[in-house]
Amino acid sequence: MADVGTVDFHDEVVDVPLEGDIDVPGAAKSDDELSTLDEPVRITILRDLRAVGNKFWHVLIPKKSSVLLKEWDLWGPLVLCTFLAIMLQGSAEEVDEMKNNDGGPQFAEVFVIYWMGAAVVTLNIKLLGGNISFFQSICVLGYCVSPLAIALVICRILLAVSVDSVAVFIVRFLFVILGFGWSTFASTAFLSESQPVGRKLLAMYPLFMFYFVISWLIISHTHS
Amino acid sequence: MADKSWQTQAQSEPGSAVLDMDLEEMEMMDDHGSSTAGGGKGQGGLADDMRQRMGENVTQMFWQAGTQSAKRAWSVYGNIDVLRPYFDVEPREVQMRLLFSLVPLKPNDQRLQVPKELYGPTMVVLTLIALLLYQMKTADHRVEEGTLIGSAFGVCFMYWLGASCTVWFAAYVCNIRFAALQVLSMMGYGLSSHCIVILLGTVLHTSHDHMFFYLLWAGVGGLATLRMATIVMSRTRGQKERMIVIGTIAALHLLFLLYLHFAYHTIVEEISDALNEKLVPVAMTYNQQTDSAAALGQLPGNDAPLVHDAPIVGGVRDALIPNVALKDAAAAESPLSFGKSALNDTALKVAVKPQNSIILGKLKNSGVIHALNE
Repeated sequence: MADVGTVDFHDEVVDVPLEGDIDVPGAAKSDDELSTLDEPVRITILRDLRAVGNKFWHVLIPKKSSVLLKEWDLWGPLVLCTFLAIMLQGSAEEVDEMKNNDGGPQFAEVFVIYWMGAAVVTLNIKLLGGNISFFQSICVLGYCVSPLAIALVICRILLAVSVDSVAVFIVRFLFVILGFGWSTFASTAFLSESQPVGRKLLAMYPLFMFYFVISWLIISHTHS
Repeated sequence: MADKSWQTQAQSEPGSAVLDMDLEEMEMMDDHGSSTAGGGKGQGGLADDMRQRMGENVTQMFWQAGTQSAKRAWSVYGNIDVLRPYFDVEPREVQMRLLFSLVPLKPNDQRLQVPKELYGPTMVVLTLIALLLYQMKTADHRVEEGTLIGSAFGVCFMYWLGASCTVWFAAYVCNIRFAALQVLSMMGYGLSSHCIVILLGTVLHTSHDHMFFYLLWAGVGGLATLRMATIVMSRTRGQKERMIVIGTIAALHLLFLLYLHFAYHTIVEEISDALNEKLVPVAMTYNQQTDSAAALGQLPGNDAPLVHDAPIVGGVRDALIPNVALKDAAAAESPLSFGKSALNDTALKVAVKPQNSIILGKLKNSGVIHALNE
C-alpha cells in the first residue's frame, strides 16, 4: 500500500467529453420525443392531417403567424403539386391525335417548374441574406400556391359549364389574377420578416415570377 | 490515499446506481480491489487499465478527426455562403445596371468598372427562361424526351456559363485582365437584350416576314454588343486583341438571339404559305432524315419539282428545328397522305410531326390532306 500512496493521480488529466443519455433502467422515456409507435395509425394520420389543414387555413386567411415556419412540412406542397399537374394535362382529343403522347411531359413539366422554381426562389432568399432554412421556405412557397389551385378549379368548372368565349376568358382571367395576387400577398406576409430591410424587392421578384409562370400555365390551359 | 474506509464503503454498496465518471477513483478502486487479491495482480490490472484508456482515447481521436474533416468538406462544397458576397446589391443598383447594359459608353482611358455581381444576371437568365417557355408554348413546340421547361433551363444556363467561359478564355489568351466573375456578370446583363427582343417578337409577331424581328435583333442586340465591346476596349489597346475578343462576344451574343428566335418560333406561317401557292410536288416518298439536309434548299415555293427521295414541307421544317427530330418509328407509324384531285394516283407521303396539331388542323381544314389513319 505504500507504493499506492506515492502515486500522484492529480497530474493525469483525461479529457472525457460528457455526452450521452442518462439512462436510468426501468424508467419511462423522456417526453421530449413523441413516441408514435404506441399510438394507433389513425391518430398519427389525423394529427398530420390536422397540421396540414391548419397551415392551409393560415394561407387562405393570411395573417402574420409563424405556424408555417416553425412546424414546416412538405405534405401540402406535394398534394398541391400533384393536383396541379393532374389538372393541367392535355385533352383527350390531343392524346388521340398525338398517339404517342400519354400526357407524361405535361405532368413532368408542372412538377419541374414547381419544385425547381421553389428551389431557385429559396436559394435566392438565402443568398440575399435571409435567415430562413431551405425547407421552411419551400414549405411556405408550396402552401401559398393553394389560392391558384382554387382558381384552377374555378376555371375548369367554368370551361366545363360554358363554351370558351371572350366573356368566359375574361372571367377566368380575373379569377386567376385574383389567385395570383392572393398567393403573392400570402407568401410575402410569411417571408418578408426573414429578409433584411431594403432588399425585400430583390427577394420578391423571383417569387412574383414563380407565381406568374404558374398563373400563366393555368390561364393558358383551355382544354376541358 | 490508502484509505481503507473508502474502499470498504465502495464494496459495501454493490448495487449503487451512481455513475462515477472519475476515472481516478475507479482506478483507485480497481487498484485497491486487485491489491487486496494479491500484489502481483496489481501490475496486470494497471496495464489493462492503461490499454483500455488508450483504446478509448484513440477512438475518441478518430471520431473527432472524422467529424472535423467531414465538417470541412461540407463547408467547402456545400456552403452557399461562398456566393453570398455576389448577391449583395441594392435594388437601385440592379436597375441602373440593367438600363446601362444597353447603353454603350464611350471608352476612355479609365477602365469601365464591371461589378462582380450575380443577382442581376441570374434574374435575367430566369426571365429569359420564362419568356422562352412562353414562346415555345405559343409556337406549340414539342419535345420528344424531357420537358419544355427542362430544355429552356438547359439552353439558357448552358449558354450563360459556356459563353462566359469562352469569352474569358479569349480574354485570357489575349492578355486582357478580366476576372471570370466579371465576364459572367457582363454576359448575364447582356442577355437583357435577348429578353426584350424575345418578348416583343413573340407578343407582336408579324405573320409573314421577319423584318420586325431583324430590326430588333440588329437594334437591341447590337446595342448590348456595343456596350460589351466598349467594356473590352477600355481594358486593352491592342487592335488585334480587341478584334478577337469583341468578335467572339458579338458572334456568341447575336447568333444566340437568332437561334432562340428561329428554333422555337411558330412554323405555321410557312406551311400556310406553301399551301396557298398550291404548288404540290409530284410523287415522292418519305425517306430517312439524312436526306433532309440535301432537300433544305428545295421548298415547295419554287417552281422546280422536288427531288425524289427527299422529305418536304413538314420534314424540311422539322429538320430546321432542333429537338423536334422526326423519329423513324413515329414517322412510320403515322404518315399522312397528301393528295390533290389532279394527282389522285400519286399519293405524297409527307412526314409531318404528328404532335403538331395546329399544322394538322390547318392541313385538314384546307381539305388538302386526309390522314391515313382515319
